[in-house]
Formats: sequence, C-alpha cells, structure tokens
Amino acid sequence: MGMDDEILSVKNIFKVFGSQPEEAMRMLDSGKNKDDVFRETGQVVGVFDASFSVRKGEIFVIMGLSGSGKSTMVRLFNRLIEPTSGSIYLNGNEITGLTDKELLTVRRKDMSMVFQSFALMPHMTVLDNAAFGLEVSSVGEAERYRRAREALEQVGLAGHEYSYPHQLSGGMQQRVGLARALANDPSILLMDEAFSALDPLIRTEMQDELIRLQAEQQRTIIFISHDLDEAIRIGHRIAIMEGGRVVQVGTPQEILNNPASDYVEAFFKSVDSSRGLRAGDVARFESDIVIHRSSTDSRVDGHSIPYAYLTDDDRHLLGLLDSSGVAQGESPREIAPAELSVVAFDTPLHDVLDLAASVPYPLPVLTREGTLHGTITKDSILKSLSRH
Amino acid sequence: MSVLTILDPFQVLHIPLGEWVEASLNYLVDNFRGVFRAVRWPIDQVLDGIEGLLQSVPPTIGILLGSLLGWQVAGRRMGLFCAFTLILLGLIGVWSESMTTLSLVLTAVFFCGLFGVPLGILCARHDRLEQMVRPVLDAMQTLPAFVYLVPVVMLFGIGNVPGVLVTIVFALPPLVRLTNLGIRQVPADKIEAARAFGCTPGQMLRRVQLPLATQTIMAGLNQTLMLSLSMVVIASMISVGGLGQMVLRGIGRLDMGLATVGGLGLVMLAIFLDRLTQAMGERSAIAGDHRRWFQKGPLGLCLRLFGIGKLQATPNV
Repeated sequence: MGMDDEILSVKNIFKVFGSQPEEAMRMLDSGKNKDDVFRETGQVVGVFDASFSVRKGEIFVIMGLSGSGKSTMVRLFNRLIEPTSGSIYLNGNEITGLTDKELLTVRRKDMSMVFQSFALMPHMTVLDNAAFGLEVSSVGEAERYRRAREALEQVGLAGHEYSYPHQLSGGMQQRVGLARALANDPSILLMDEAFSALDPLIRTEMQDELIRLQAEQQRTIIFISHDLDEAIRIGHRIAIMEGGRVVQVGTPQEILNNPASDYVEAFFKSVDSSRGLRAGDVARFESDIVIHRSSTDSRVDGHSIPYAYLTDDDRHLLGLLDSSGVAQGESPREIAPAELSVVAFDTPLHDVLDLAASVPYPLPVLTREGTLHGTITKDSILKSLSRH
Repeated sequence: MSVLTILDPFQVLHIPLGEWVEASLNYLVDNFRGVFRAVRWPIDQVLDGIEGLLQSVPPTIGILLGSLLGWQVAGRRMGLFCAFTLILLGLIGVWSESMTTLSLVLTAVFFCGLFGVPLGILCARHDRLEQMVRPVLDAMQTLPAFVYLVPVVMLFGIGNVPGVLVTIVFALPPLVRLTNLGIRQVPADKIEAARAFGCTPGQMLRRVQLPLATQTIMAGLNQTLMLSLSMVVIASMISVGGLGQMVLRGIGRLDMGLATVGGLGLVMLAIFLDRLTQAMGERSAIAGDHRRWFQKGPLGLCLRLFGIGKLQATPNV
C-alpha cells in the first residue's frame, strides 16, 4: 500500500490532560509510563505516542476498553481536542497546524462525526437535524433540504422528516445522526461508539446498514468501539488501544493469527465458538456476484469478478460462471449446479468449515425450496465466528 | 479625645463610609447632572410609548386583545382565564391605574431584557466575568430599596422614569442568573456535536445554546416580571403612579378599602402576567403537537379561514 491511498495519518501523537502538559511530556520522554506521570504530577496521559494511518475507502476500527484513549483519539482527528504534541495529516496536509478558520472548513467538508449519545438537536425536526451541518456551512435552503432528504432516504428514514428526535426510537435517532453526517458528504466519517447505546438487535442491523453504505459509497470510516465482535464484523482493519497506546494495527485475521501482546490475545480469546450456527446464518447475499439469467447479456461483462452465480428471476441456481482463469487467457466457463458443492440452509456450520476451505469459489447456500440464499466464504465464516 | 486601645480599637479607628458616599453623591449631582438627564431619555421614550398605547386602548378592546393573546400562547382555557382577570380589574375600577403599572413594568422588563440577556450570555462564556458580576447581582437583590431610592431621586429627580430605574435595579438579577444558568446547562454532547460540524461561536449561540436555554431564560423573564411588580409599591414613594400609588395613599390615609383595591389589582395583574409568561416558556415543551405557533389559536383560525394555513401545514407521518 503506497502513500497515495492514505487519507489520514497520525504521527507520534500525544495528549496529556492537565495543567502542566510540558512537565508530563518531559517525564514521558525520559521513559516514565502513564501511571508514573499520574502519580507524580496528576497529569492524565490520554494518548501515548500513537502512529498509524488510515487508507482511503476502508472501515478502520479503533478498539479498546474504556479509558484506553480511543474516544480521545477520534477527537484529535477533528481537533475537538488539541493534541499536546505530534502531527496529523489529512490527504498529506497537516491538520495540527491549521488556523481556526481552516479548521472550520475541515470540520464542515472533510470530517463528520456520529456520536454515541446521538447528540441530536431536540428543538429541530429530523429534516433540520439532518441539514444541520449544511446549514452551518451556509448552504442555501433548497440545496440543503434536498441533500438532507437524500441522506435520510439513504438511512431509511424517508417519511419521518417532520418528526422530532424524541418521537423516534434509539435506532432511528442514530439513523438521523448518521444522516446528518452523510448529508455533508464528508471524505471521512468519524463514528464514536455510534452503536453502543443501541440494543443488540438494532445494533446488528445498523452495522449491516453501515457496511452496505460503505460498500455503495466507498467512504472512509473511522469507527470507535469497545466491542470486539463489532470491530471484527465491520472493520477492514483494526487498531487496538490499551492505556493510551496503539498496541496493534492490522486486519482482523492478522490480529487473530498473530496477536502482538498478551493483552491482545486475551482480548481475542473469547472469539471461538461455532456452536449452534447454521450455514444459513452465516451466508450473505451479495448482489454483485449474482447474475440474473434474463439480463445476462447486459451484465456478463463482470469478468473482473472471478466467480459469479447465475440465477433465474426466482433465484433458482442455474450455474456458476468461473472467470478465475481470464487473467491467464482462458475464457470464462460455466459450471452446472450438479458439479458444484452446494450447502443446505440447515447444515451446521461445523460441517461446512472444511468444504469452504477446499473449494475456490464462495459456497452457495440453498434454501429448502432450492433457491439461492447466499454464499459463504472463508472470510465470512471467520467474521461470523467472532460474532457468536 | 479617646486613646487607641487593643480591646476596643474602633473608638478611634473607623471608616467614614457614610460621609464618603454623601460627598461623592454631591459631587455627582453637581457635575454630572447632564449625564443622568441623558440616561432618562431612552427610558422616557419607551415608557411614554407603551403607556400611551395602553391608555389609548379602550378597556373592552384591551380585554379582547389580552384574551386573544392568552389563547394564542396557551390555548383556549388560558384565553378565558385572561379575560376573567382583566374583566375583574375593570370591575374593581382600577383599569387605568393597572395600565399605568403595566406600562411601568413592561418598560422595566424591556430594559432588563436588553441588558440582562446579553450580560447573562457573556457570564456563561467567561468564568471570570461571572465571578465579578455575581456579588453585584447579590447586592442588587438584597440591598434595601430605600437605600438607593434617595440617591436615585437626587440624581434623576422624581416620577415614573426614576421609578423604572429603581425597578430595573431590583428586577434584573434573576434574568442574568437564569440566562447564564440556561446556557451553561446546555448538554455538553450537543455543544460538541455543533463544534464537530464546524459551528462558529455565533452559530453555536444562535442555533444551539439560545434555543436550548429558552425555557430557563423564560423562567428568568418571568421572575423579572414578578419582581418588577413587587417593586411597584415601593417605587410609588418617589411619586410613581398606578396601582402602587393607590396602595400607598390607602395606607397613608388609613383607607383600607383603597389599599385593598390597589393591592388586589396588583395581584390580578401579577397572576395574568405570570401565567402568560410561564405558558410562553413551556410552549416549546409540549409534545405531540407539531403545528407551529402561528398555526394554532386565533391566528391559526384566521389563517385557516383565509386558506393560508394549508400552505404551511407540515405533512406529518
């Protein structure tokens, strides 16, 4: 990964809370740790020498327990909290040196934030709330409401424009929060424990929603979470924080296979169970690898996808289009359903593991009626294991 | 004449505070009369305007407008209640005095709002300023009115205008305090969200802090109004007209009838104003009703009659 696809990078960031940060920084420089600093000076070290970068278009999860500095970290990005030392770069430009006016532009155009407490304005309608960021940037009324309506539609809140936040459920309120952030069309979405206040069912629903939105818009999302399941589920890459330090950055798989410390390992211990899961629970229906037979002609240009499933209008499986050899000059070939390994919806996940590992294509999962329910990949099994 | 002793040093040591005050007051009166005359002017203008308006409206029209206002602000029951109190004021024969008192009170509240709300906002933003202002507010509220009644007369003369001034001194503090409190009590997460979306301090104030503090500020305004009314009797000692004068004259002549009528008039006026401002403060808190204020009550009725309201109606749920 080169420098050009980095959208945000953090270099040796420190944040000390208290009246004499210089004193605390001197102690940190001489090798003292966070606890020593607190004991001797009463200064609280929030973030300790953090360096990492976030790539364009990825969901980057910063994970840690409460007090690990993750919420401080996300506020350093848009400078709601000023770093004590170090630099942050957005698209190669240093944010840490911006004037107040330039900072306003960054907050209005480049980064929008979604909050754990929703932080909606109780005196404004849903529409006005969604348009808040645009109103602050002095976008004209017609334009502002058009974009706010679009954003509300994206999060599934069309029709609630004139309700007030207190009339909506928690999940819907957070959708408003998300719409408010999306309406600004920011290049980076900062989400501070955005789903932590929601009940588990709604949380999962919102996570799926976020994954869908991200897939559609390729927006960079920085997601703060204390929940490992959530981190693995939605994160392309995860940064794990402990006591103000970033202890490991990597894909869920990398971290799972190669934990950098005992702390990380202990964290991931709980992630091991495939009890009671069925193939159908794990399978996902991904529309971009499914081709309707009736519209084949127009969409078979999808040779860039190595494997695509062919279905009729009722989702009955007609075959698999194997384009994995196209790069080597072979033409795509069609595999009939009889030659494919197929899994029934109710098959225990345990029995699918080997099969999924042995075939090159995503395993098709069929319903009792024989229609395509979704597909399973090694990756999706891994993610689902962490969830349950 | 006496010697300094440890046990009672105050035989000799003492600060001639009273003499100083007198001297400086005399100095002010001699040299700055013009300045104080100038201060009178804006108050005079506002007071004359309001009083002229209120006195020129015939009681029946006044009662009608007052009731409609009550209806508009807080519904039909409030409208009836306003009509009841205003009619009672007329029946006990104090309509004209009530209007004089009302104009005094409204003028005082107008100037309190003009200075109190911005001062409260500044206090909410600057802790140092709040620390400095607080003892001054304490003094304004606790200092017996009689103490500053005399200097005010010396500087501004007698009549309604100095009466309004005295009232402002007494009634201003709660508005400043509650504006300050209301803005400080705006939840931190709303402030943070507004900052994260790039609000300037001015936008923050207009779009977030003031709207969310409205209820508290209105409570402050309500208190200011009540304190102004309670000041009316004392202010009548410097020849301020209206209901207070009736009470004062009644006490002076041991005419209990006159004093009671004046007192009752004050109470009715207080109840009328209190309910009205309270309803204004609570208006935003009513849940489940999404019509804007102009779509309800008599105004809404007119708009609907002329078919304008439909355009503004919000297509809800």
